[in-house]
Amino acid sequence: MSASTHAHSPVLKHHFNDLGQQHASERLGMWMFLATEVLFFGGVFGAYTCYRLWYPAEFELASSHLNKTFAGINTVLLITSSLTMTLAIRAAKLGDRAGLYRNLLLTFALGAAFMVIKGFEYAEDLHEHIVPGASFGGEIAADTAKHGLDAGKVRLFLCFYYVMTGIHGIHILVGLGVILWLVGQTYIGAIPPENYSTVECASLYWHLVDAIWLFLMPLLYLARGAVHYGH
Amino acid sequence: MTPTANPRVQGVPGLTPPPPEPPPASPNYLENGTSLWSWLSTVDHKRIGILYLLTISAVFVLGGVAAGLVRLNLVTYNSGILSEDAYNRAFTAHGVLMLFFFLIPAVPAVLGNFLIPMMIGAKDLAFPKLNLASWYVFLVGLVFGAWAILNGGIDTGWTLYPPYSTRGSQSSVVPGVVGVFVSGFSSIMTGLNILVTVHKMRAPGMTWGRLPLFVWSLYATSLIQLLGTPVVAITLILLGVERVTGEGIFDPAIGGDPVLFQHLFWFYSHPAVYIMILPGFGVVSEVITCFSRKNIFGYHAVAWSSMGIAVVGFLLWAHHMFVAGISYYSALLFSFLSMLVAVPSAIKVFNWTATLYRGSITFQAPMLFVIGFIILFTVGGVTGLFLATLGTDIHLHDTYFVVAHFHFVMVGGMVLGYMAGLHFWWPKMTGRMYSDWWSRVSAAIIIVGFFLTFVPQFYIGYHGIPRRYPNYPPEFQIYHVLSTAGASILGLGYLIPALYLPLSLFYGEKAGANPWSATGLEWASPSPPPVFNFDEERMPVVVCGPYEYALGIDQLGRGLPEPPGPGGAEGPAGRAGVTGPAGPMQKETEVVG
Repeated sequence: MSASTHAHSPVLKHHFNDLGQQHASERLGMWMFLATEVLFFGGVFGAYTCYRLWYPAEFELASSHLNKTFAGINTVLLITSSLTMTLAIRAAKLGDRAGLYRNLLLTFALGAAFMVIKGFEYAEDLHEHIVPGASFGGEIAADTAKHGLDAGKVRLFLCFYYVMTGIHGIHILVGLGVILWLVGQTYIGAIPPENYSTVECASLYWHLVDAIWLFLMPLLYLARGAVHYGH
Repeated sequence: MTPTANPRVQGVPGLTPPPPEPPPASPNYLENGTSLWSWLSTVDHKRIGILYLLTISAVFVLGGVAAGLVRLNLVTYNSGILSEDAYNRAFTAHGVLMLFFFLIPAVPAVLGNFLIPMMIGAKDLAFPKLNLASWYVFLVGLVFGAWAILNGGIDTGWTLYPPYSTRGSQSSVVPGVVGVFVSGFSSIMTGLNILVTVHKMRAPGMTWGRLPLFVWSLYATSLIQLLGTPVVAITLILLGVERVTGEGIFDPAIGGDPVLFQHLFWFYSHPAVYIMILPGFGVVSEVITCFSRKNIFGYHAVAWSSMGIAVVGFLLWAHHMFVAGISYYSALLFSFLSMLVAVPSAIKVFNWTATLYRGSITFQAPMLFVIGFIILFTVGGVTGLFLATLGTDIHLHDTYFVVAHFHFVMVGGMVLGYMAGLHFWWPKMTGRMYSDWWSRVSAAIIIVGFFLTFVPQFYIGYHGIPRRYPNYPPEFQIYHVLSTAGASILGLGYLIPALYLPLSLFYGEKAGANPWSATGLEWASPSPPPVFNFDEERMPVVVCGPYEYALGIDQLGRGLPEPPGPGGAEGPAGRAGVTGPAGPMQKETEVVG
């Protein structure tokens, strides 16, 4: 890729020598950001793991009160959105503008559907008092008492549930914003085929957010009798 | 390899004439828009570095005032000035401001921002807008921090240990935590930007083995910023959730584990001290070679020891918790790893000392700061070994010994390193020379004041006075008085540069492109540099290693101008010869890279 070919490319930023350098920088920057994200979630996964091992019975009981149907549907939605996101890169690379719009908007719709379902799930949790703090109560509290378990530790699980899904939800919202921005960029013609790496960087982020959900989902919703000791 | 074996280095070993002074940049980066908005909306890495410089200087004053309050209060043994509660808030404000809002951004965000693209021959950092965003994010964090302080302050100590910080404390913990959390993102943005820039934007010929050591040290720093900061971010979120909901994530009374907080907190906050000190190492390597007129001794050892510190630095956080109830076996491992990190640190000190050996040393202000750095950092590092040893740590834990050790490394090391860097690159940043005499005086005062402040603290710490207590037995008063007297001298030492540096902007002599006769690419550009750092028609092409003082050539292969200091046979050029030392030292004139 010689500098002269791209010297007048409108997408080449002034401080880069050529598009190859610009794209390599963008990609590397995104990968490094993903490393940051992994460490960010790694901290809370680590803390969760400690308490999961110390209080297995309480965590399993609390987990059994979460809505697996919503979580299952959401998992399918997110995995599918990763596919459409990847198809969007392909479309951008081929200069297929209609395909780029279609796939970006599909990804957006799937991500938005995830958030809507998540919202219904939170509403249901709230309604059933599956929350930490003073409003904890209802069926989950009765169940905890019935099994002679410690309500504080059940609420500890719920803290992790809300922190982990909440932070993940914020990441999805940011991702949705980025996808809308990409749609706008496509509209003004800022994503010609030689600049497809913009879509690629956004997709790297989106895939990471999906991948994190694939860890969150079993940890939170499917916590079952792996280490039943002491109770 | 003999020097002449490299065909790209022209004119060696004969005298290469220095290049003509480059014409002043028109416009230079300071003249490219003078309105306030042109500064607030700039994406020029140099201007953003200046914005950071102004911001953190203000923080340094605030943190210094808090330290002054603490020291004044300790003049009397019964907490004569502040209430005990106010004392807690003063030392917390000092710690939070100085660590999170001064030391962490000090060199990376000011000097790193300004110099990394210039040193590697790039027009800017890879992500200029992200760079500007990092400054604004930093300001938002600072606003939250200021809110916490104005709203009564925080009384937990900068370590924010639960359960006190989540249940007991009645102070503004949440805004303070938000401030630290937000400012962390600015640190990540700076680190990410520097890493990508160093990877992808080096000039032709600027191989990894020819990178200036300042770049290596900031590369290692940025790795820690990138991988450590997110962990403390999530930890602070959990802390905030616990404080708001009253659940027991870290509260042992209701099932939580306070030691888990300490693990997560120190997983960042121990490597964070390497975020603070590593850039100082980089400054020392640059300055010591220039003012000794010698190639660095052991370039690769110094470069890789930065990486070694970054890696090992991640693996020894639990040495802060030897008395917190961790298992003997893990304590043993962490003790061993803590001692291991002394190895790369010592490699650096030995290499710097060997660089001085038979150098043609001149003592301008940057060099004085650097010599202070090496001495004080060595004391700080060696006393760190006392704390890494399990048995002695039980005696010394949480005493003034720890305070003195930490300040020897952070102030004696890092702040002096920062001052050295600021004085070394000030002519490049502003185009003006500051007062040579006053700068030397201030360096001497700072070093003397520092010694007087912290040496007595080693003594009282060894005799068991715990830190963070406003009261102490009367027989130790003399040491606290000495320490406060030293702090006053230290404060005076900081005040002098606060006067002569700004005054130099108006009255200082104009600095040439290369006033120190240094070899780096940043000196090939006029002072102050143009907007895109170099002549855009002739971007730099690097032909040799970063410290060819012995050959007397810069990284573009051009001769160096006459170094500062006395001329003639007594001067550095006369003693070493601009084209390289004679005789037995010939073997040290290898071209690196």
